[in-house]
Amino acid sequence: MASYLLGRVGQALVVLALTFTAAFLLLQVLPGDAIMIKFMSPDMGLTADQIAEIRASYGADRPLWERYFTTVGNFLTGNFGISIQAGVPVSQQLATNLPPTLLLASLAFVAALILTIILATASNMVGMEWLRAGLQSLPSLFISVPVFWLGIMLIQIFSFQLGLVSVISPGPVERLVLPVLTLAIPISAPLAQILMRNIDQVLAQPFVAVARAKGASRSWVLWRHVARNAIMPTLTIAGVLFGELLAGAVVTEAVFGLSGLGGLTYQAVGNHDTAVLQAIVVISALAFVTINLIVDLLYPVLDPRLGSRSGAPA
Amino acid sequence: MSAETASGTSADLRPGWVTRLKRVPVTLLLAWTIVFIVLAWAALPSLFTGYSGTEGVPGEQLRPPSAEHVLGTDGLGRDVYARIVYGARHSLSGAFVAVTVGLILGTLLGLIAGARGGWTDVVIMRVVDSMLAVPSLLLSLSIIVLLGFGTINVAIAVGAVAIARFARLARSEVMRVRRSEYVEAAFGSGGTFWAVLYRHVLPNSLTSVIALAALQFGSAILAISTLGFLGYGAPPPTPEWGLLIAEGRNYLSRAWWLTAAPGLVVVLVVLSADRISKALGRTAP
Repeated sequence: MASYLLGRVGQALVVLALTFTAAFLLLQVLPGDAIMIKFMSPDMGLTADQIAEIRASYGADRPLWERYFTTVGNFLTGNFGISIQAGVPVSQQLATNLPPTLLLASLAFVAALILTIILATASNMVGMEWLRAGLQSLPSLFISVPVFWLGIMLIQIFSFQLGLVSVISPGPVERLVLPVLTLAIPISAPLAQILMRNIDQVLAQPFVAVARAKGASRSWVLWRHVARNAIMPTLTIAGVLFGELLAGAVVTEAVFGLSGLGGLTYQAVGNHDTAVLQAIVVISALAFVTINLIVDLLYPVLDPRLGSRSGAPA
Repeated sequence: MSAETASGTSADLRPGWVTRLKRVPVTLLLAWTIVFIVLAWAALPSLFTGYSGTEGVPGEQLRPPSAEHVLGTDGLGRDVYARIVYGARHSLSGAFVAVTVGLILGTLLGLIAGARGGWTDVVIMRVVDSMLAVPSLLLSLSIIVLLGFGTINVAIAVGAVAIARFARLARSEVMRVRRSEYVEAAFGSGGTFWAVLYRHVLPNSLTSVIALAALQFGSAILAISTLGFLGYGAPPPTPEWGLLIAEGRNYLSRAWWLTAAPGLVVVLVVLSADRISKALGRTAP
């Protein structure tokens, strides 16, 4: 168990180091230098010497390998560099932009869970064949809908056609209703697909037939026996879901004009603000790797069958 | 009488194409139809619409859908249906480039990793893991920062995301086929590595690779329209689908058809690709 743990942690660290290096190479060796973009413009009226001085103050004139190791050291101590466009530390920008995105993402995640459970239960309880087929194909539809378009359509329907959600001066809760829904619907799709498939697999198992033969009702079996076994494998896509939530938040915030990590990313791309982008990429990779590591380590604990098979106490 | 004999003989023969077509599920048939129509739009747009995709008619601004303009007109008097038809070329070719980039580079990486094994395998697969660790949109955005804006750059950025997925699939296929007895026999009878790869591994893994390509085609169209919407793709007069939706956003309160129509087309094409991919994957050995 200890060697497995060590191996998994080591693997996660290697992936993280590679991501960091790739992000550094991709974003620091790029042609459009952020400093040049900001200070080269004629209205700044700077001489070549002054620009060279500014570059030196950002450390951009140092050799590549030196910059690489400085950046590694800085990241390890929580210093993500300075946003060239805004002129403030990236960590400060992240601190102000992270909370609204976290709120949006977690609300959307809860909404997606509710939607998934409703979909999975309904598609198993409904008796009519055509309605069941329709419910089961809903996740495929959700996956195929562009997030930005979904957001626009929701604004169109709920704000302009029905007049239910005000667009001009929405309250704090009203402001979040449509973004949360926009983000929740595509997130619920992979969840629902996996859950539905698992439920079908568990329902085919002999112990379900035994429970039914003993007189348990369909819903009793579904909630008491199937749910626990079917929800477990859904955990394995937690890391992927996190990535989808983050990417979805970028688009959702752009559509609804919300400030947050998404807005920050969007601006960073437009301004070639590589320090910001690198911090966001590395942090999201860190989160992805950590979530997957936790799921991998937690899985044998939650599912005793896996622990006993390997012969080691979980 | 003659019809009866005809049906009698055909029953003895292999089922004709009509019978075989009837066995195809309706949804799959619909999916192929949609894909063919959109491909035809991309190939010969002028056959499907008399209007221009980029030039508007003065005085015809913001007309709701009618017999004359099936999907209405936009703020510059351009026919929305015509813009969608002409946009098919941009969106589809972008997705095509993206899938090709992912397919070639990804399959190559996966083949090398699976074939060489050892350290090469470890290094390649850790690189693939780190590509998968970054959310796909962020990865695409990083590459766009590197390459700059534009249709081709966006397509490459989207294709880079697919590289990791193709690499994983190709590697697992090589591993699967490598362990089978007939491949061992092929090696035993003197086949070189690349010959075995070409004659045995490639044909056996083609089905799943094509199924993944179909799936990636759908997600590439989604990703390209998203990046187009954010303004990183082709510049404004281009009728790219994501850009059409972005432009329609300015007329949200007055002209619903400007955003609804191109979005629905994207949904239909992506759904079709998904359906076709599922059908291809199911027939896999």
